[in-house]
Amino acid sequence: MIPELGHFALILALAVALVQGTLPLIGASRNDDRLMALGRTAALTQAFLVILAFGALTQAYVTSDFSVANVVANSHSAKPLLYKISGVWGNHEGSMLLWALILALFGAAVAVFGAGLPDTLRSRVLAIQALIGVGFLAFLLFTSNPFERVFPAPADGNGLNPLLQDPGLAFHPPLLYLGYVGFSVTYAFAVAALLEGRVDAAWARWVRPWTLAAWCFLTLGIALGSWWAYYILGWGGFWFWDPVENASLMPWLAGTALLHSAIVVEKRDALKSWTVLLAILAFSLSLLGTFLVRSGVLTSVHAFAQDPARGLYILGFLLTVTGGGLALYAWRAPQLQGGGLFQPVSREGGLILNNLLLCTLTVTVLLGTLYPLFLDLLTGDKVSVGPPFFNATFVPLCAPLFAALCVGPFLGWKRAELWPALMRLRVAFIVAVAAALVAMTTIDSRSTLAALAFGFGVWLIVGSLWALADRLKQGTLRTTPRATLGMVIAHASLGIVVLGSVATSAWHTEVMQTMKPGDRISFAGYAVQLDKIEQVQGPNYVAERATLNVTVGGKPYTVLQPERRLFTVQRRQVAETAIQTNFLRDFYATLGEGDPSQGWVIRLYLNPLAPWIWLGAAFMAFGGFVSLSDRRLRIGAPRSSKTRRPTPQPAE
Amino acid sequence: MTPKRRRLWLLIGSLGTLGVAAALVLSALNDNLVFFYSPTQVAEKSLGPDRRFRLGGLVEAGSVQKDGQVVRFTVTDTNKTIAVVYRGILPDLFREGQGVIAEGALGSDGVFAAREVLAKHDENYMPPEVAKAIKEAGQWKEDKK
Repeated sequence: MIPELGHFALILALAVALVQGTLPLIGASRNDDRLMALGRTAALTQAFLVILAFGALTQAYVTSDFSVANVVANSHSAKPLLYKISGVWGNHEGSMLLWALILALFGAAVAVFGAGLPDTLRSRVLAIQALIGVGFLAFLLFTSNPFERVFPAPADGNGLNPLLQDPGLAFHPPLLYLGYVGFSVTYAFAVAALLEGRVDAAWARWVRPWTLAAWCFLTLGIALGSWWAYYILGWGGFWFWDPVENASLMPWLAGTALLHSAIVVEKRDALKSWTVLLAILAFSLSLLGTFLVRSGVLTSVHAFAQDPARGLYILGFLLTVTGGGLALYAWRAPQLQGGGLFQPVSREGGLILNNLLLCTLTVTVLLGTLYPLFLDLLTGDKVSVGPPFFNATFVPLCAPLFAALCVGPFLGWKRAELWPALMRLRVAFIVAVAAALVAMTTIDSRSTLAALAFGFGVWLIVGSLWALADRLKQGTLRTTPRATLGMVIAHASLGIVVLGSVATSAWHTEVMQTMKPGDRISFAGYAVQLDKIEQVQGPNYVAERATLNVTVGGKPYTVLQPERRLFTVQRRQVAETAIQTNFLRDFYATLGEGDPSQGWVIRLYLNPLAPWIWLGAAFMAFGGFVSLSDRRLRIGAPRSSKTRRPTPQPAE
Repeated sequence: MTPKRRRLWLLIGSLGTLGVAAALVLSALNDNLVFFYSPTQVAEKSLGPDRRFRLGGLVEAGSVQKDGQVVRFTVTDTNKTIAVVYRGILPDLFREGQGVIAEGALGSDGVFAAREVLAKHDENYMPPEVAKAIKEAGQWKEDKK
């Protein structure tokens, strides 16, 4: 009964979305208040209906209702409750429903917080948001119905893919989707602005918090995914330049660019049409990511079994959204004449450089990700583009970005002098060079490039904090705008991420050894002894657990217990790594296959600064949230917008 | 500065960056493309030991031998087979009779030395390249999953 209710709610939601996607649009062009007011009600109704549908599916999972095909395929009664819930989005249908849910919630959020927006703009934004919703709801209902029943109902389900039964991955998809879908709001604002034929500072002040929020969630989502890959795949690496990873990185890069260009629109009334274009592209890249993951056109270590028909639908949808957005842009953008003039050397110039480099990085990742596809279509050759390609392109292109990143905040708006800005950063520069030299001489003399990159990381941290110190000369931490604080935190965090990635990739040590209980090896100054291998019983698995006793200089240091879990329902083995961290390095152990006669394969890694990668990313998102709490950006801020046209902001 | 000159600067800047990026991309693509071959293609191509590529097919049933950390197995596309040697921990989904992709190079003894064996999230998943290779060898059974 409840699954049918969910299905019915989904159908109603599609109907409501169709109304919301058309009538307010007509209302906005005819200036009909009643039609425009409909958008708000429809958005709330649609959100309510999708919540209902999502709740129905969750209920089916939690109570293990095996008359629902989706639950049978992805759940099992013996599964812990957390994974019963995360199982809802741990599969294609459910994850698309989650996407539709977040989309509807964002729509409702615009309706609730958008009271201060001009009526026409708000109705148009809501309508565009609803049209995207129509695409996803129709996709769900016609190709991937999560509420399909099976008869007769089996006694138990097939269980969730064991690799996904992990707390990190339980929250990875919702965060990632909050990011992806967050850009839909930006897209809706961009298209609405094109329809209105007007982009002004008030528009930017609306777009920026949405972009920022989406960007924060995307940052967290990517970091969580990378962390998961680090500890579950057992390869000691944190980023594999896999198509699926790239799919989430591209919208992040474009979103980062958008975040920065929106500042120029807000503060200086310039770069308008470029910002609108970026908003369209950021969401298109989010959709492209979904398409790549869901269609299975690319070979990926993260690939799931897929259905080409669904891929085709998403491809069609992607082309409609991107093509429609770009066509509208080509038609209307020339009307968006930019305002503020500026010199090449200025804050605006710096932000343009930022955009230029970030877009180049995006294009590089896009090329590397799609090249195998093109080559296959053109010549039939099957190729893969792996980490060496990205290390040779992406990494060097980051250098100018990092170099310029600290300088930008020292440049004034409109016109600035480069040399005084550089002189103010001389301490940061000296510290960074010293750090690079120390890295080269004391840590590892072989890799000059790693030492250089390490220097860049230090430069980012010190240079960003220097900008804050410079501010504090004139005021206190309390009077510093939150947006500035957020910027400093996010920029410095990027440095932390760089340090973590460089140290882990370049300076880790690893060993692989076949060991029997009682064997002892020495590894990077530690003595590691395999005490025992035992069988343990988990809730829905049995595991082989190794106990590794680590001592240093004869004193006990730590005990690591990596496992190999055999999930009984799926008959699948999953390795569970054991990681001991002191925030300066990870001691990382995995247990391979083995038996008492031959011994077990044990792999040990010592990853310096590895935790910094994810801590840095978390700080970066925190910086974003700090900036989001700035009074100027507080949702609903543009009070003046009830009067039709907000006055353009004077230069600050 | 007039808008015209600003646009000129912007154009020069963008072209410069894109040029550098294009140069990097092209040179990197030249050096770092890893081709995918099935055992049949490997047999036709006579690849040297310094040529890194991806080998894909099915792990032949009964071919896996483990000797401590060294694993030997045979990859087949049902037409030709190639012996593979790999040192390391195999991914959790590595199974006899299942699709596999290994990256590495042919040794002088004709044995493929794998540096990496790729893992999959999903046991029903058949890498598209492997599926195609087996189809080309003429042995594909449509409902085999």
